Amino acid sequence: MSDDLRTPLYDLHVELGAKMVPFAGYAMPVQYPMGVMGEHNHTRSAAGLFDVSHMGQVTLSGASWGAVAQAFETLVPQDVLGLGEGRQRYGFFTNDAGGIEDDLMFARRGDDLLVVVNAACKDADIARMRAALEPAVTVTELDDRALIAVQGPGAEAALAGLDARAADMRFMDITDLELDGIAVWASRSGYTGEDGYEISVPAPQAEALARTLLAQDGVAPIGLGARDSLRLEAGLCLYGNDIDTTTTPAEGTLMWAVQKVRRPGGARAGGFPGADTALAAPARKRVGLLPEGRAPMRTGVAIYASETATDPVGHVTSGSFGPTVGGPVAMGYVSVDHADAGTALWGEVRGKRMPVQVAALPFVPASFKR
Amino acid sequence: MKFTEEHEWLRDEDGEMVVGITIHAAEQLGDVVFVELPEVGTVVSKDDEVVVIESVKAASDILAPVDGEIIEVNETLVDNPGMVNDDPQGEAWFFKMKISDPSQMDEFMSEAAYQKFIA
Repeated sequence: MSDDLRTPLYDLHVELGAKMVPFAGYAMPVQYPMGVMGEHNHTRSAAGLFDVSHMGQVTLSGASWGAVAQAFETLVPQDVLGLGEGRQRYGFFTNDAGGIEDDLMFARRGDDLLVVVNAACKDADIARMRAALEPAVTVTELDDRALIAVQGPGAEAALAGLDARAADMRFMDITDLELDGIAVWASRSGYTGEDGYEISVPAPQAEALARTLLAQDGVAPIGLGARDSLRLEAGLCLYGNDIDTTTTPAEGTLMWAVQKVRRPGGARAGGFPGADTALAAPARKRVGLLPEGRAPMRTGVAIYASETATDPVGHVTSGSFGPTVGGPVAMGYVSVDHADAGTALWGEVRGKRMPVQVAALPFVPASFKR
Repeated sequence: MKFTEEHEWLRDEDGEMVVGITIHAAEQLGDVVFVELPEVGTVVSKDDEVVVIESVKAASDILAPVDGEIIEVNETLVDNPGMVNDDPQGEAWFFKMKISDPSQMDEFMSEAAYQKFIA
């Protein structure tokens, strides 16, 4: 683990009693003394603080907002040009085969585009953006900034107590705040299905900000373990598990994130890598899977149409116990003829077929502030 | 009580051997959410996988510590797997065994030796 990079909050994690594990090249807290289940429930009932500084933060700047947005649209199937000032969207880089190279958040801050990408993909993402967009667009990795998420029903009060403007933000707004004298960029978004914020802060001030946030009512530190069960219950994809270079946005059930203007027939249709295949009607798709028993169906479990069928119709890509659901939850890919909610299927766990039902996502309704 | 390097404990109860996992093992596993017990009457050999235990993190197997026969299982764990975290060395035993070869017990550790082993 000595080779792993450390975020600006590393010492704080250790001080708080975190169990540190290697994750995407970083030493990250997988859990604190509260434990995964306790941390999960605390986030849903109060507020959790997550260190997500391992993620890549990148700004794209150019001659004008239009120039930057137009350039970025050559890499993603999202409507970038139509993004309003101070607004954020979910998106993904596609490849020539229509697969997903990474998923990301992008936000308009003035004439700049702020892009947040996954830790494991960030070097490739930055290289891709540089190769495709420079020199007209300048790609700057903000490796001098940390990223801290505060999630849960208590998140608004925690931030608004430090800067009242936090309460005025809506889901997917991004704005400058001053939290206890520290200038930050905050977006109202997250990866838990709860209301909350993601806060970009200069690295030297990250620990002071984290301590201030943890001193607010109900805010507790949360590790990667609970982050994973929270996002799974919220039906959100983990890149590398639920979507990857071999899954298209259509297969990933992510067409909601492809705005009309970029779809076939739209004013700016196509023009991104793999446009011919990325959005095509799929033969398989990502669905929620609700095992009927108590046994979790984890990544890789094969899914069958019957108890005796020899060929699987799909497989699990993420599966665990959902503390809020109170039972096992999973997601995975099944052929489209078995993808309707309510379809009864079978998952093979330790050589035994167990009943599992296709279920609508999310498992736990989102509580965003629209 | 005797302890194994697989982080199990065995308690002799009138010639029947009660088997569970240690406090240390329960802490390492994290919150237990699923327990699958063997059938009563199953004849097992040392190191056979007899119990499946899943925590929020991962699945693990509990191995038979010695040769013998499963004569009772703790059904309450199936509906209340969290007991494994609450009282691993007490109420949350997994199964009772009739052991075939008592000499297999000789290699197991005392509590003090086990504490040293995990230190």
